[in-house]
Amino acid sequence: MDSPLLPEGVKRCSTTTFLFWTLPWLALLAWGGLSAFLCLWKGLNQTNMSNVFAFALWIVFDLAIIALGAGAFFTGFLTYIIGKGELKNVINAAVIIGFICYSGAMGMLGIDIGQPIRGWFIFWHANIHSMLVEVSFCITCYLMVLGIEFIPLILRNRQLDKIRGLHIFGHSLHEIMAVFAATGTFLSFFHQGSLGGMFGVLYARPFAARDGFYIWPWTFFLFILSAIAAGPCFTILCTKLTEKITRKKLVPDNAIQLLAKISAWLLSIYLVLKIADTLGWIYGVVPRAGLKFIDFYREGPYGIWLVVCEIVIFGIIPAIILLIPKARRHQGWLITACLLNCTGIVLNRFVFIIVTLAIPVMPFDRFWSYLPTWQEWGIAMAVIGYGFLLFSTAYRYLPVFPQERELNPATE
Amino acid sequence: MEQQKGGIYRYGMVIDLDKCTGCGTCMIACAAENNVSVRPDQTDKERTITWMKLYKITNGKEFPHTEVSYFPRPCMHCDEDGRGHHQPSCVSVCVATATKIDHNTGIVSQIYTRCIGCRYCQAACPYGARYFNWWDTYFPKGKGLERYLSPEISPRMRGVVEKCTFCHHRLMRAKTQAYAEDRTDIEEHEYTTACAEACPAQAITFGDLNNPEHKVSQLIKSPYAFRLLERLNTKPKVYYLSTKDWVRKMADNYLPGEFKPVTKVTG
Repeated sequence: MDSPLLPEGVKRCSTTTFLFWTLPWLALLAWGGLSAFLCLWKGLNQTNMSNVFAFALWIVFDLAIIALGAGAFFTGFLTYIIGKGELKNVINAAVIIGFICYSGAMGMLGIDIGQPIRGWFIFWHANIHSMLVEVSFCITCYLMVLGIEFIPLILRNRQLDKIRGLHIFGHSLHEIMAVFAATGTFLSFFHQGSLGGMFGVLYARPFAARDGFYIWPWTFFLFILSAIAAGPCFTILCTKLTEKITRKKLVPDNAIQLLAKISAWLLSIYLVLKIADTLGWIYGVVPRAGLKFIDFYREGPYGIWLVVCEIVIFGIIPAIILLIPKARRHQGWLITACLLNCTGIVLNRFVFIIVTLAIPVMPFDRFWSYLPTWQEWGIAMAVIGYGFLLFSTAYRYLPVFPQERELNPATE
Repeated sequence: MEQQKGGIYRYGMVIDLDKCTGCGTCMIACAAENNVSVRPDQTDKERTITWMKLYKITNGKEFPHTEVSYFPRPCMHCDEDGRGHHQPSCVSVCVATATKIDHNTGIVSQIYTRCIGCRYCQAACPYGARYFNWWDTYFPKGKGLERYLSPEISPRMRGVVEKCTFCHHRLMRAKTQAYAEDRTDIEEHEYTTACAEACPAQAITFGDLNNPEHKVSQLIKSPYAFRLLERLNTKPKVYYLSTKDWVRKMADNYLPGEFKPVTKVTG
């Protein structure tokens, strides 16, 4: 039915199969839509957020997907600025994943604020001292950049490409993509950093507070590094999942291996600095506040296991796997390492948000617990549904993987 | 209005915990004075609004050595953010400049109509002194509560953060009165907060910490004076007094051997 819209020379499932495939994701979107409606209509009392847990599931999701979406800007940087030609085979997928992550995060933030209609006050009444202002400005601008990076790919749809004006426009945009890749890199460095800075500057919360350089706490640099270490792994995971579902090889191994290798080194550097930062925190910030390291890990379920998981299981282990060429060439180990790495960054964001707020600062205050409501899960799950839907649609109708035809000659 | 004589004020509060009986009048007076919204069910303490909150603390000992003290906790109106920057942590993080410190008075204000409800200020405040409006403003009708609403205070809409303002409207009222009487300064008794005024034990004293003639500036010189979480360097303008070592110790975190009990008291 939609065959004229499909890219030339590649095989796609039938329209009916595709429509069935979209059903679960549409269901997630419907769940999210209902949740969003309730939150906007009745207010944030629909969530289990509170004056203690001012930030909760949505912010964890936001920070996690923004970090995982870092594969977009970083792959763009490596492809267009550093000149790693083999990554051209994966850059489209990386851009789409980035677009999904950033637009999903923006959508969630729109519901997360108590007065969504006043969202523009961030720009109008901007407080230049606030890390969140830097985050908002950079994310908004970067989402526009991602949109611009996405446009040439959309215009390469078989039918759109036939329109001469659009073809020339798309081609011209593609020609100057290095400019947008550079802009995206600049913006992303700052907002990834500012997201870390947001928590490092909570100087009155010793669990999150960090020393730093000039106006930037160490978390500023660590969040950039962890995002560019995990982002490529998330791109690998998404690509491998697409290959598994479509039962095709879509990206040449050299591109995947290059991403895995770069991720390995960045993760290793990050871990060294993360351990140094943790030691600096244990022997600097913590005793200055009259506390001991262990004091932070006595409440509720948040024990030392968090540190062990974050640094060792989801840090050192994937770094070692990815550093060994033989191991990262093995499909199973590669995917395991990527999964561990991505879980590590999600855990890191969770710790900085939820654990920071859960640990009472006043000695006589009590520990509060938090579990999200179905409305909170609904909105978070909707982002996943939206991601699957957009990526599947893009894969179906656009030449996302340039080597698809060459790698799957039997389909021609 | 022209700048008052004396220039920079630093309004602050001293709460004598030895005098506080934990009666909660300060909480009620604050809520009534400032049109603080209530809920039909106030048991969800994570989401109710109490600009002035009363904590009960004990020394943790078994009877008959048990001792109890109460900690009234308004907004601390911090001077700094903990790293030496001259604005409180909530102000420096606010994304839309919806909370500000007035360096002429030291009062940290909240602009409700500008707040976007991101709640970053709540995350930044270590004292839990900021409250988000999770519901629409509610004052039970038919119980007379709506008749107590003050026309001087704007009720807050759903989705914004609010907090203690040191009854800033009372300062405005006192300044207007002084202006009408052709005075450039206001007297100590002309501006005080609702909680200080209502406290039956007179445990709360309010005034200008910069003015040596004001009682608060004398009280804070007491060896028993301390501030909550003083080590975080947020420079709160709310001071406490307690002759009990265990109370002063509970107001902050100390590593073993760091806490120094008051041993010599002169004057």
